[in-house]
Amino acid sequence: MKQAKRPFEFVAASYLIRIRPERAWTLTELAQHLQAVSEASIFYHTFQSLESHHYTTFSNDFAQWSLAACNETILAEELSAIDLRDIATVEELRSALTGTVENYLRKTPQSGDRPAFEPFYFCEAVETVVPLASRAFTLKELAEGIRQMSLHTLHHHFINARLRPKLGVSDFSNWTEDSLGLPELAKRLDRIDFYTNTLEGVRKEILQVLDSWIH
Amino acid sequence: MDSLTHSAIPVDPPPVPHLEDYAAVVGQAEIHELRELAMRLSGRRVKMVNSTAVGGGVAEILNRLVPLLNELGVQTQWEVLKGGNDFFAVTKAFHNALHGESCECRPEWFDLFLTVNEENRRQMGFDEDFIVIHDPQPLALVQAREGRNNHWIWRCHIDLSRPNAQVWNFLRPMVERFDAAMFSAPPFTQSLPIPQYLFYPSIDPLSDKNRELPPEFIQSVLERFQVDPKRPILTQISRFDRLKDPVGVVQAYRKVRKYFDCQLVLAGGGATDDPEGDMVLREVQEAAQTDPDIHILNLPPWSHLEINALQRASTIVIQKSLREGFGLTVAEALLKKKPVVASAVGGIPVQVIHKVTGVLAHSIEGTAYQIRFLLSNPDFARRLGENGHEHVKENFLLTHNIRRYLLLFLTLQQQ
Repeated sequence: MKQAKRPFEFVAASYLIRIRPERAWTLTELAQHLQAVSEASIFYHTFQSLESHHYTTFSNDFAQWSLAACNETILAEELSAIDLRDIATVEELRSALTGTVENYLRKTPQSGDRPAFEPFYFCEAVETVVPLASRAFTLKELAEGIRQMSLHTLHHHFINARLRPKLGVSDFSNWTEDSLGLPELAKRLDRIDFYTNTLEGVRKEILQVLDSWIH
Repeated sequence: MDSLTHSAIPVDPPPVPHLEDYAAVVGQAEIHELRELAMRLSGRRVKMVNSTAVGGGVAEILNRLVPLLNELGVQTQWEVLKGGNDFFAVTKAFHNALHGESCECRPEWFDLFLTVNEENRRQMGFDEDFIVIHDPQPLALVQAREGRNNHWIWRCHIDLSRPNAQVWNFLRPMVERFDAAMFSAPPFTQSLPIPQYLFYPSIDPLSDKNRELPPEFIQSVLERFQVDPKRPILTQISRFDRLKDPVGVVQAYRKVRKYFDCQLVLAGGGATDDPEGDMVLREVQEAAQTDPDIHILNLPPWSHLEINALQRASTIVIQKSLREGFGLTVAEALLKKKPVVASAVGGIPVQVIHKVTGVLAHSIEGTAYQIRFLLSNPDFARRLGENGHEHVKENFLLTHNIRRYLLLFLTLQQQ
């Protein structure tokens, strides 16, 4: 089995959720806060909360709130369609979110100041990453590590990684391409849709891709 | 009507669970990562302080959390605030006021609050690295941080979104002296100059209240309380507290009874810091009158197995609170895959996603309607219970709580 030039370093990642002071009672307030709130908060509401979204209609908090608290279905669909894979920085993401809300309010200005059923509470995640002793030199070892890791850590490697250099790719695909020289496999890993799946489902798909490659 | 104080049914206590035992529920990776996080806190000492050793959700959490933190190598001590009935009558009034009820607070109440806290401060040591104060009763202990370099954390388990101004203005300067505050849901917070963190409360899947039970034991509990297992059982497990609206539950049951031959179980007990319990129990008994299908069970605080059995035997679990901190009884019912009808207050909507993991109601009429709907649609009710079970497993278990505490300690340590 092919050995990597450098090992994949496993970590344990955890997130503490900090509640921020900003609250939006209307879509206009949401747009205003989106322009100024911390990058960590933008990221949290778009991707961090994926872990708890298997049951809700949309996979980001802004879309879910637009639907459930504001009854703005079109805006909710537009916000949920923003794809992290087209975005390289949180500032780009902020701009995409703000632009979507502002465009919507230009078309339907009467929605701007209508009070929501409940406010949107901005939060952000404080990440703690602890390096583990285990490493992978082969695809088989990588698959074993993924099988063993917690969902928080999977989130760190597969979703959060896309906003770290190298931008836009997961730690797994980055390593398979750079250290194992397997760009096709990296592409297949990055095609896995984490928006419409649970994290456990994502893990299963990653392992299926790796297993099919190993065998 | 049963209005009984039962002694505990004699059963062998199970061995106290160790961290490794939780791997069967949450996976080995979760346990391994907890150990890795805890290693970074090795040698650190923690003190938890609350106001009751038995009864209520906070004591239950601490009972399980403290031994597991110690097992992880984070030396944790739990102390309980000591006070007389007069003190706890005052803190109960404060508690209700912080939940938004009006309060004609007398000046001497504030003095008593400070005096009892000061007496406790003199008796307790506060040399640990992290001091975690639970809820408002022991808030004034924060005076002890003067001259110390340790970290003080306030864990607020109640909904502070609409506090009575007089009580909040009295407590707020104490809260502001902490390094951080932890709340059960974002809407519970107040604007504060200290960092505020989201801490969902948790339940222990291996505790007597939640572990799997043999069907024979469940059957024996129903027999003991004269509940008919063949007819639908509606259950609310709660302290006898007006904020849990037990009288409202009786009224909702009466509306359901017009359509379904069902029974109502209202089971709970009192906490040592809740002097109103007896009065509320009498009100519920009066509301129930002589209906033989209303079972009011005033259980002692150690009746965890009985409560577990009653939840497992229930057709529908109700939590019709008027105000709620988080409502751990909802998580308990969901873990047992029970369909839940609950008020959309406090932390309940975090647990009950309407028509996905349970159903929410906003009134006595709404509660009655949703119960009827679920009794008429048992397949849908079963699906809600299964979704609810997964939701609890992923978010509201003790191991999640341990992880959050470890993270908070690490975060504060790095500051």
